[in-house]
This record gives sequence, structure tokens and C-alpha cells, in this order.
Amino acid sequence: MKVARADSKTELLDLYRHMKLIRVFEEACAQQYMRGKIRGFLHLYIGEEAIAAGAIPLMQPQDYVITHYRDHGHALARGMDPNAAMAELFGRATGSSKGKGGSMHLMDGSVNMMGGYAIVGGQIPLGVGLAMACAHRGDESLVLCFIGDGALNEGEFHEGMNLAAIWNLPIVIFCENNLYGMGAPVSEVLAAKDIYKMAEPYGIPSMQIDGMDVLAVRSAMVEVYEHVRSGKGPYFVEALAYRFRGHSMSDPAEYRHKDEEALWRQRDPVPTFHAYLLGEEGVSEAELDAVDAEVDAQVEAAVEFANASPEPDISELASDIIGS
Amino acid sequence: MAEITYREAVAHALTEALDADDRVFIMGEDVGAYGGAYAVTRGMLDKYGPTRIREAPIAESVFAGAGAGAAMGGMRPVVEFMTINFSLLAIDQIVNHATKVRYMSGGQFNAPVIYRAVTGGGAGLAATHSQSLEPWYATLPGIHVVLPSTPYDALGLLREAFAKEDPVLFSEHALLYRLKGEVPDEHYTIPFGAADVKRRGADVTLVAYSRMVHVALDAAQLLAQRGVEAEVIDLRTLRPLDMETVYQSVRKTNRVAVVEEAWRTGGFAAEVAAQIQEACFDDLDGPVARVAGEDVPQPYAANLERASIPSAQKVVDTLAEVVGV
Ligand SMILES: Cc1ncc(C[n+]2csc(CCOP(=O)(O)OP(=O)(O)O)c2C)c(N)n1
Ligand SMILES: [Mg+2]
Repeated sequence: MKVARADSKTELLDLYRHMKLIRVFEEACAQQYMRGKIRGFLHLYIGEEAIAAGAIPLMQPQDYVITHYRDHGHALARGMDPNAAMAELFGRATGSSKGKGGSMHLMDGSVNMMGGYAIVGGQIPLGVGLAMACAHRGDESLVLCFIGDGALNEGEFHEGMNLAAIWNLPIVIFCENNLYGMGAPVSEVLAAKDIYKMAEPYGIPSMQIDGMDVLAVRSAMVEVYEHVRSGKGPYFVEALAYRFRGHSMSDPAEYRHKDEEALWRQRDPVPTFHAYLLGEEGVSEAELDAVDAEVDAQVEAAVEFANASPEPDISELASDIIGS
Repeated sequence: MAEITYREAVAHALTEALDADDRVFIMGEDVGAYGGAYAVTRGMLDKYGPTRIREAPIAESVFAGAGAGAAMGGMRPVVEFMTINFSLLAIDQIVNHATKVRYMSGGQFNAPVIYRAVTGGGAGLAATHSQSLEPWYATLPGIHVVLPSTPYDALGLLREAFAKEDPVLFSEHALLYRLKGEVPDEHYTIPFGAADVKRRGADVTLVAYSRMVHVALDAAQLLAQRGVEAEVIDLRTLRPLDMETVYQSVRKTNRVAVVEEAWRTGGFAAEVAAQIQEACFDDLDGPVARVAGEDVPQPYAANLERASIPSAQKVVDTLAEVVGV
């Protein structure tokens, strides 16, 4: 495990807290889905927590995060209130979008979480446009735009990389390569062998990182953000990771080999980092337990909050369609 | 009062907006040195420079979406589609994103981007370059759909578009750019959702938009020779849609035809006709007629092309056949 610069114990514990919050939140989501409280598609981020936790809390308030439909982890790491997130998943009036967006479209303007988008690749043009707004403001703000490996095959990826490059825009296009689309292995549907090298013809610098290692993600992103903020234009990152559950709740993931799953589970980012903090960083069991207890309580409270919240008023059906 | 062309009217509104607000920028194919495929942005690159007149690659999806994203980030983009036919490559960004963010965010975000798209046929460009796709966009909640028929309307409506907080499809008809008309020297805007009576008449109502307003006016001339006075209503915006003005006219004339260039099946005339019969059934002396583009890909040969687009004579013939005028 690669140690990031100047990490204080508090910072390390914060990284752990971010990952753990996502993990526990997602487990609660799965449970609430089974109970029929959450409807529609539910795509869990379990297994990929190190990416959101490593990349997002480092960002500045004026920066933007925009992502795909597997968005709970990104939203929470960006600081979205778990109560508002859970209430959104429950379709309640107190949800971040008043229950109009749901799991795949978590949006929170108060933390510049510009949303989950459920059309594969669709968020890339929007992210590029947000980066144009950043460039116009000239405040060194940037956009972190997450995509799945599946989005690499959409024209919008290539159009977006090209536009970001020719206009030198402050955007990080971050590919979470979890080796599969829904069921399609990357190797079967993508001609490129090394994803990070797909940036090369666009003249965009890129790197491949270990998305299961929160410190590796974090230290890479320190560099990436420095590059982008200094006006040097876009950056492309490929993080290797694995989703531990099916694509969505309705997918038993039978297309994956059990051995492969087991191999990746050994690298589960949450317990791995837990062990690292105990063994290498002198963090005590009690300190970690305290974080766990805090996170459990937070998620429990979020579920209670969502449960107790009213459904949106029927007048919401036709509001927020068009402004003045 | 000054007489200007439809093209000049559009360019004038754009220039005003670029001058007034540094968040406004234009983005599209060949909008820079070339001056726009229909010469609307001619000279603007020299005046405003390349970050305000953004020469975009031929990549409609990304620049349409970037327009929406920049708008979400506080900018006021104008995205030019060379023609509405090419907007099909960007339809995901318009349908799934630009027109959805306000709702899906529960009102937290909005995307005030203006999509300019040249519409219409009749220029010998055949099936892929001659379509009137605005009825498709008009089915979408979350967007304003604007189709000016005169220089006066183009200027007033485009000014209004810049005051809107959501996506606008501003569709200019390819054959109207050279049309001249009077515009007042004083500043004015035209609200969306306000149809305009382009000709008064008591005997029959013709409802149209974009270039078909002129076809309807020509038809009214032919009818007048027979002593039939047609009222011609220009919808100007399909969304929001002002049906009240149409109803008032129909209650007076009791006879109505809707004229549009788009395909007949599922076209916007069908929507207008449906609403008229819902609201004015007892006022009607006959069926609500539609005069629309033929349900064919637009052909190249001049005679076939002419036959595919509504003409004044066709309006008159349809009125005789269907409405009994
Ligand atoms: C344009 C589009 N096509 C298909 C789908 C259906 N779909 C949803 S997710 C998905 C797989 C995407 O995989 P990837 O981008 O790798 O993201 P992951 O789910 O692995 O995080 C597909 C095909 C969609 N939502 N949008
Ligand atoms: Mg994937």
C-alpha cells in the first residue's frame, strides 16, 4: 500500500469513515430494497468505495462532481446528507430531489453534486460543459466526471475527450473499470487493451491506478488535480476495481467466475484499509470501532428519517418542469 | 422602423445578447470564420473572439450536451445545429438530459441553453436535409419550442429566449432567411405562448407556424378572390402553446384547418386539431382539417418535392373537400 503525503491520523480516519459510510449505506439500501422501500433499479457501489473516498473529499467546494447511475458512493463522499439521499431512494418529499430522481439520479446543488445520469455516457458532454463554465469563471475550479468502462464504447466518450482536449478544459474523466458492463466483460466489447492509453491520441495525460487502494487513489488524485488546476487541461484516469454485487439488485452475476470474485474480495478495500490502519498507522481498535458505531448510527438514522418522511405532495407531479 | 431580413433579425438578437452578457457564447459547426452555414454568425468571430464564438467539431452530441452542462454551470450558451436533421445525433442530450435536469433534481438545477436549428424543406436537399422535426421536440416537457415566421417575430422571440431559464429550441426556416420585414427601433420582446393573428377574417380559420404561415396567407388571398375571408393564426411557439387565441377564432368562424410542413401522421397539426375538437366541438360546422407534409421522405426532383409540401392551392382544395368552404 502506497502512503500518501502528510496524512495525519485524522485524515486517515476520515478516509476510513468515508468508505465505511458508503459500505454501510449500500448494505442498508440492499435491505430496504428487499423490503420494497426502494423501487426501480438499485446499483450498489459495494467494492468500489476506495475510489469515491480517495478522489472526492480532496476536491474544493466550487468543483463539480458528475457521474453515472452507480452514484450513491460519489454523492456521499461529496458530502451529500445521507438522510436526503436515503429519503430520495425511498421516493419521499424530503429526498434531495423531492423524490423525483431516485437512486440513479442523486443530485445535490449544495455540494455541487451535479448528478447521477442513467444514460451510459450521457454525463460526459454535460461534464465538459460544466468545465467550460469553470474555465469561464477562472477560479481554478474543475470537474470530476466519472464513467464506467461501458461508457468507453459510446461516441460521447470520444467526442468528450476530443472537446476537452481541443479547448483545454479543466476536467478529469475518471473511468471506473470494474471489468464488466452489465454482463459484458470489457475484454469482449472493447478493442483497446489498455484503457488508460485511450487518452493518448487526444493528447490527454492519463494513468492507471489501483481502485481498491484508497491511499493510491488519493495520492494519484492529488497530482491529477494539481495538473488540471494549473491550467494544463484535462486528465484521464483509469481505476481498476470490482463490484462485489450484481450489476443491480436483480442481477445474480452468474456470468462471473466465483474464483475471480473470491480473488477480488480478498482485496476488499474496507477491511484492507482497516487492517492497514491498525497494523501500520498505529490506529487503535477503539478508534476504528468508534467510527463504525458513528457510521452505523448515521445510516440507521437515515433509514428512520426516510421511513418517517411523507411522500411528495401530488402537486409535485407537475412542478419543476419549466421555470419562468 | 427599419426593414431587415429574417437572418439579420436573428443575428441582431444574438449580437445584443453577446454584448449584454459575458456568459453568452455561441457554439456550433462552422460558426467561426465560415460565419455559419446560413451566414447568421458572419463577422462575429472577429468581434467576439474564439471563446465566445466557439468553433465546434462535427460532434453534435457533445456540443449539445456541453451547452446544457455549461448552462447548468451558470453560462448562457447558444448551440447552433447546422440543421435540425443533425440534431438527431444529439437527441439523447436534449431529451434525456437538458430537458430533464430541472425535474430530476427537484428544481435544484436548470439548463438555460438555446438550441438554434434550421428546419424545413423545399431547397432541393432531399430526404436527409429537409425535415421538419420540431413536432418531435414539442412533445417534450421541459423545453420551449419556438418557430418564428417573420423578422419581427424572430427578433422579439429570440430576445425572449435569452430571458428563459430552461432549454429553448429556436428553429429558423431555411427558406425564410431572406424574408424582409419591419421592426421597430424601440426594444421589444414577444412572450412565449402568445399566438399572433397575422390576418383577420370571419369565415374560416387557418392555423400555422413557421413558413406555413406564409402559405396560409397566400391561401387567404386565393380565398378572398372568392369572397371568403380567412383568419390566419401564427402559433409562434409550439410549447408553450396558445390555444385560446385559436379557440376564439374558431368560435367566430366555425371552420378551421391546421397547416404544417411536418409529416401528417402524428404531426403537430394532429395535436392542434385534437385540442380544437375537445374545446370547440359545438362551434364547429365541419371537421378540423389538416394540410400537412406528405408522409414521404422528401424527394429531390423539383416537382416531387413541391408535391410533398403544403401549398396555398392545397390549402384551398383541402378546405373545399374536408370543411366545405
Ligand atoms: C445508452 C444506454 N445504453 C444501455 C443502458 C443499459 N445499461 C445500464 S448500465 C449498463 C452497463 C454499464 O456498464 P459500465 O459503464 O461499465 O458501468 P458499471 O455498471 O459497471 O458501473 C447498461 C448496458 C443504458 N442505461 N444507457
Ligand atoms: Mg463496468
